[in-house]
Amino acid sequence: MTFLRRTLAVAAKDLRSEIRSKEAVNASVSFALVILLLFSFAFDIDPDQMRNIAGGLLWLIFAFAGTLILNRSFARELINDCLDALLASPVSGAELFLGKCLANYVLIVIVECVSLPVFAVFYDVRLPHLGLLFAVMLLGTWGITVIGTMFSAMTVNLRLRELMLPTLVYPMLVPALVGAIQLSRVLITNGPLAENFIWFRILVAFNVIFTILALALVEIVLVG
Amino acid sequence: MRLKIILALAVLSGLILARDLHDILLKVPDEANQGAIFRIIYFHVPAAITSFTGFYLGMFMAVGYLINKNLRLDSIAASINEVSLAFATITLVTGSIWGRIIWGIWWTWDPRLTSYFVCLLIYFGYFMLRRAIDDPTTRARLSAVLSIFACVDIVLVWKSIEWFRTQHPGPVLEIRGGGGMAPGMESPLWWNLLALLMLSAALILIRTRQESMKLEIDAMRRHAHAF
Repeated sequence: MTFLRRTLAVAAKDLRSEIRSKEAVNASVSFALVILLLFSFAFDIDPDQMRNIAGGLLWLIFAFAGTLILNRSFARELINDCLDALLASPVSGAELFLGKCLANYVLIVIVECVSLPVFAVFYDVRLPHLGLLFAVMLLGTWGITVIGTMFSAMTVNLRLRELMLPTLVYPMLVPALVGAIQLSRVLITNGPLAENFIWFRILVAFNVIFTILALALVEIVLVG
Repeated sequence: MRLKIILALAVLSGLILARDLHDILLKVPDEANQGAIFRIIYFHVPAAITSFTGFYLGMFMAVGYLINKNLRLDSIAASINEVSLAFATITLVTGSIWGRIIWGIWWTWDPRLTSYFVCLLIYFGYFMLRRAIDDPTTRARLSAVLSIFACVDIVLVWKSIEWFRTQHPGPVLEIRGGGGMAPGMESPLWWNLLALLMLSAALILIRTRQESMKLEIDAMRRHAHAF
């Protein structure tokens, strides 16, 4: 119970801070809209082809926009030595990490919930199986959040932090992104879900494995 | 003593590679479907096995560092990963050449090739991370954690050949339960693997020595700046 209470306290702190300033979410949503605009210049294709690539475009938007939120995750604690204070507090590394993961997860899902309907309107993409698509979004976003928060903790004290985080995170995220993209494509195009169940298993396995690994190793990353 | 071991490994590896090159070019016949280009398998597959073996060995050294906090283990891990990265690059290049002749394209984004390229990018990131950190203990700690994450990801790479249909040739070695190579055609592959493993051991010993010297120089520099 103490673990859960402390984790939720850290998550609430981050969410409260973000709700008051709205810096990361605003920047992330704006960035998502800019990417949507740029895609309109990059692609000039008919609606059928657009449905086929919609899954990929969506997850590119989510991954790029999500990195803006993840980058700030631990970096915001550097001001006034707040990170040192947190590490010196009774909150363990795992509780701190999980709390930040939960906060980042909520923020990234908010960005996705704004981006998804805008994407559907801009590119005239119908979204059947919206419930299942939302479930895939939640699964895929957890993978992005866990890896991104972990690597944010790793790179927080580096001088090239903003450069290092995307370089390290995106290759690690490929299995999860591929799984999420394939599932999204199948759902948007009304494809055979049963034949593509392997992608769901990959996504779940990725989330479970890397969540456990991150919780086990985050203390080493933060403290030593 | 160390120098003698390095020399012995390098010379032995060179001799085996020379002997194999002779056999591959002059004794082994062309493959029935692929012709002469199939001979690239004798370098492509051993390089792939060497790189994968190295990445996992590097991870074990990294775990060893996290347990013992001995910076020498971090030096060994970094050296192993660097040599493995070189062999992974050789694997992709030789695979590309092979693909150009067999499939008519230098590259295809099928899951296995893509996943292998992802491994390469992860380890490029590993070395970028090491370069960005000045403090040796922090560098060792964070590199070790990244190495563990990377090797868990490699499992998905390794399994992809069983999970997805790809354009990559199916397993042809008997141990993988594939179609199998004709008797007499397999042995140069295993000898080449031995040669490449010995060559990588020699390179790792050289790099480890360089890393240890770098740590000594850094320590002396910090000591000098302290006064």
